[in-house]
Amino acid sequence: MLRIKTYARPQTLQEAWELCQKKGSVVLGGMLWLKMQNRAVTTAIDLQDLGLDKIEETKQEYRIGAMVTLRDLETHEGLNALTHGAMADCVKHIVGVQFRNVATVGGSLWGRFGFSDVLTLFMVMGARVELYRGGVMTVEEFAARPRTERDLLVRVIVPRKPMKAVYLSQRNSATDFPVLTCALCERDGEITCAVGARPAQAVCLKGLPDDPEEAAEVVAGELHFGSNLRAGAEYRARICRVLVRRGMAALLEQED
Amino acid sequence: MEIRLTLNGKVVCADVRPDTLLLDFVRQQGCVSVKRGCETANCGLCTVLMDGKPVLSCSTLAARADGHTVQTLEGLQAEAADFVTFIADQGAEQCGFCNPGFVMNTIALLRENPDPTDDDIRAFLAGNLCRCSGYEGQLRGIRAYLDSRKK
Repeated sequence: MLRIKTYARPQTLQEAWELCQKKGSVVLGGMLWLKMQNRAVTTAIDLQDLGLDKIEETKQEYRIGAMVTLRDLETHEGLNALTHGAMADCVKHIVGVQFRNVATVGGSLWGRFGFSDVLTLFMVMGARVELYRGGVMTVEEFAARPRTERDLLVRVIVPRKPMKAVYLSQRNSATDFPVLTCALCERDGEITCAVGARPAQAVCLKGLPDDPEEAAEVVAGELHFGSNLRAGAEYRARICRVLVRRGMAALLEQED
Repeated sequence: MEIRLTLNGKVVCADVRPDTLLLDFVRQQGCVSVKRGCETANCGLCTVLMDGKPVLSCSTLAARADGHTVQTLEGLQAEAADFVTFIADQGAEQCGFCNPGFVMNTIALLRENPDPTDDDIRAFLAGNLCRCSGYEGQLRGIRAYLDSRKK
């Protein structure tokens, strides 16, 4: 059971950051994972008054606030045009519309969960994360940082450079956690693949060959897979070959 | 702490604990159509509309709803009346426990997409679980309602 002593809605990022430094404080994302925990929280920090629930567009990038919901990503025309629909494909299997209207981009990324669909896609797209104190860094760099640090994820920045992108996942049932996530992207002539839910966190492989069979062998051969309740390591390795091969085939069919 | 929100068209002020869930709050306000189901954010029984969007009240703090508009099935009877008889005609609501959640999410679907395909309906209602049916009854009911509107 989640117990909360104090609820706060800071009016500035600085105020939120100061609250966040206190022991026992927690920044609320969508609260879906947090609510499942048996935990006492001294101060629950709600960022809803900070204007971080918007997707801003500039000529160079999309700036996705931490409080943007997964449903917002799913229905955003610009992001889906840029990614050839991969953005919607990435979140559409996550439970249901009501869940995705609550789950936030910040919450999904901050946990750096192994099963994160969103982390996998943002990683392969070359997105960057902006932390209030930590500054701007790639999603890969962010994923490697310690989860214990007390900072605020402000936004995710996605470059508006033309790309081809595909997102695929394997699940035991339609709205379950993924057994494996796989995102492929071609930018500036380079093919990149990110694979998550191995069950460990997503990792990225760059400079893949443009032959689907070859690419599938490279990815499945280089990555390490593990076992958990959802699937075994060997199964994951086999599924990885299939998803990369299918993803590559779909990527090559996309028009610039 | 004190919260102030608009619940089914009426302004409600109440003193709540910081960890009171929106689900418990709306039920305390008499909106018992909102059900406690899985409590793991999977079943959709607790669906309410917050600022017009369907959300899971089992995973939302009442404090987060401060300043917002919340609607439950109690406040949407007229809008629901249009299609619930079509669902009942298909025998889709066997025990009926999941029905309010289904109706709330169907309202949200039809507001967003007045003419959905069967796949659109399946995708939008994927977050509503029913332990009695195979979901085909609900789908047939909504389809029958949509078809009746075109006649």
